[in-house]
Amino acid sequence: MNPTLVVFLKECAESLRDRRVLLNALVLGPLLTPVLFLLLMHLVVGRELEKAEKPLPVVVIGQKSAPNFVAALEQQGMLTLPEVPDPEAAVREQRVDLALRIAPRFADDFRAGRPAQVELIYDSSRQEVRGEVERIESMIETFSRRTGSLRLLARGIAPSVATPVVIAGRDQATPQARGALLLGMLPYFLILTALIGGMWLAMDSTAGERERQSLEPLLVNPVGRASVLAGKMLATACFSMASLVLGLLAFAVVGHLMPGNEAGLGLSIGAHFVMGALLVMTPLVLLIAIAQIWVASFARSFREAQTYLGLAQLVPLIPSVLLMAAPMRPRLWMSAVPLFGQQVTILRLLRGEAVSALGIFIGMGVTLAAAAAIFWGALRLYRSERVAISA
Amino acid sequence: MIEARDLWKAFGTTQAVAGVSFAARDGEITGLLGPNGAGKTTTLRMLYTLMQPDRGSIHVDGIDAARAPMEVRRRIGVLPDARGLYKRLSARENIEYFARLHGMKAQAARSRCAQLLQALQMQSLADRRTEGFSQGERVKTAIARALVHNPRNVILDEPGNGLDVMANRGLREVLRALRDEGRCVLISTHIMQEVVALCDRIVIIAYGRVVADGTPEALREHSAERNLEDAFMKIIGQAALEAAA
Repeated sequence: MNPTLVVFLKECAESLRDRRVLLNALVLGPLLTPVLFLLLMHLVVGRELEKAEKPLPVVVIGQKSAPNFVAALEQQGMLTLPEVPDPEAAVREQRVDLALRIAPRFADDFRAGRPAQVELIYDSSRQEVRGEVERIESMIETFSRRTGSLRLLARGIAPSVATPVVIAGRDQATPQARGALLLGMLPYFLILTALIGGMWLAMDSTAGERERQSLEPLLVNPVGRASVLAGKMLATACFSMASLVLGLLAFAVVGHLMPGNEAGLGLSIGAHFVMGALLVMTPLVLLIAIAQIWVASFARSFREAQTYLGLAQLVPLIPSVLLMAAPMRPRLWMSAVPLFGQQVTILRLLRGEAVSALGIFIGMGVTLAAAAAIFWGALRLYRSERVAISA
Repeated sequence: MIEARDLWKAFGTTQAVAGVSFAARDGEITGLLGPNGAGKTTTLRMLYTLMQPDRGSIHVDGIDAARAPMEVRRRIGVLPDARGLYKRLSARENIEYFARLHGMKAQAARSRCAQLLQALQMQSLADRRTEGFSQGERVKTAIARALVHNPRNVILDEPGNGLDVMANRGLREVLRALRDEGRCVLISTHIMQEVVALCDRIVIIAYGRVVADGTPEALREHSAERNLEDAFMKIIGQAALEAAA
């Protein structure tokens, strides 16, 4: 039997008996994406729905001078709160979010056809109040427009005369694309799943092996160090891949249970997405596995390796943050950058957009080349006497 | 047959080994004796090809270790200074792993492993995970692992370390049996009793150099001391004077 295979099988068998590896690779890693994602969706979608339907509490000063106006606003969802003395101070002290003061002259002005004034008292530095201000403004706007139209009609003028230009927005975002805005983090979660899946094995089979002093006896066997390294890399990649497959399947299942459809987020998370994502991720899984092994091989102890790999987890976050902060048009060069390319492609798959086969193949090729380069670096490290000596 | 010729090895500015030459013959137990830090482990590491000497040559059964390290590794069984086991694998699995790495077929690995487990009287341990093994049980497993490919030459670094009297006696029997089978057995130790009880030939190392080489009787005569321990002290003392000079 090929020595690489011998090492691979032994690392797998040993890891299958390690509760930490199993927990990470088969439970935590795969659950990460769907659970975090579900939470995020509930938070975002839930809040939007909540905002739109909930009554809007407003302190109204001088309700008696404009009962009809107040009734019209209440019809649109305003909840009238009793008056407070000194509303400005109350808003400043954040006892009240939003106050509406109706001037005593309101009724006279309104009846005479003069613009009747109301005052909105709010604190625009409070993020959470801004939505409420917009809502009450639009309610008053609606009332004002409706009343204006009625007055024009009463004078025999078509209300349309007062509206010379109309805007009709035609948003070209497909429902998938709107959903994908929220999904920008998903590719990172998938990469993180692969990272977590292989991490314990990578550490255990390198730094752990040194710490337990079993590396020296291993290297005394008549087996090339490239074979040993390849066996460890493949075992790491295998667990990483298992984690990823489980994570993708769990995500696909959860995707169908998401409240997304209520908010019009049609997402492509069918078989097409799962297969496509697996295809682009496979070379990356190899790259991640050898990179983890390489990094962990510098460490003399398990704890040290944990510190290094914990920091390494942040690296795939960089393209995600870049893509979220400064959305860029997908270009071919992006496919060629490992981590970047995979994230772009997975996002496109998620949006239900066409992905370029050329881009995918370039991305896979470059990622594999990067994996080979790191393998070579790790092999040099393994051939040095420094690594072989445990103590 | 293991032959070391003029081995040199430095770590930074520390000259760990400075011109070590000796031969360990088939059918003999050769003891590499020396105080802590004398360069025994480094010498052994060069012999089993984990380290490359800065200068000098190593031949195992006439094969040059620098030219054909893999072939040399096939001909030696090693109990290194680091003797970690895989604690989530059973003793049997630990031993069979090394058998497979030596290219043995599954069937051959299994029967050789069973044979060693019997020879070392560790059948009752065989299928327990090595986590929680006593020091003696761990050393036995590591020795079985070193012998799994039936090597002509056996190198053991401080094999008696941490063993109790019973385990030590068992170990000596195993080493004598290996010698009586005509193998070349090379051990390093700093424990005088181990040498007296076991070795046919002694190589004393101090300050990275061989300061004496011969049978226990020859060493006693050479230093004109009746007791081997006194002989050892005298030889080391002379070496210290020479190193200081």
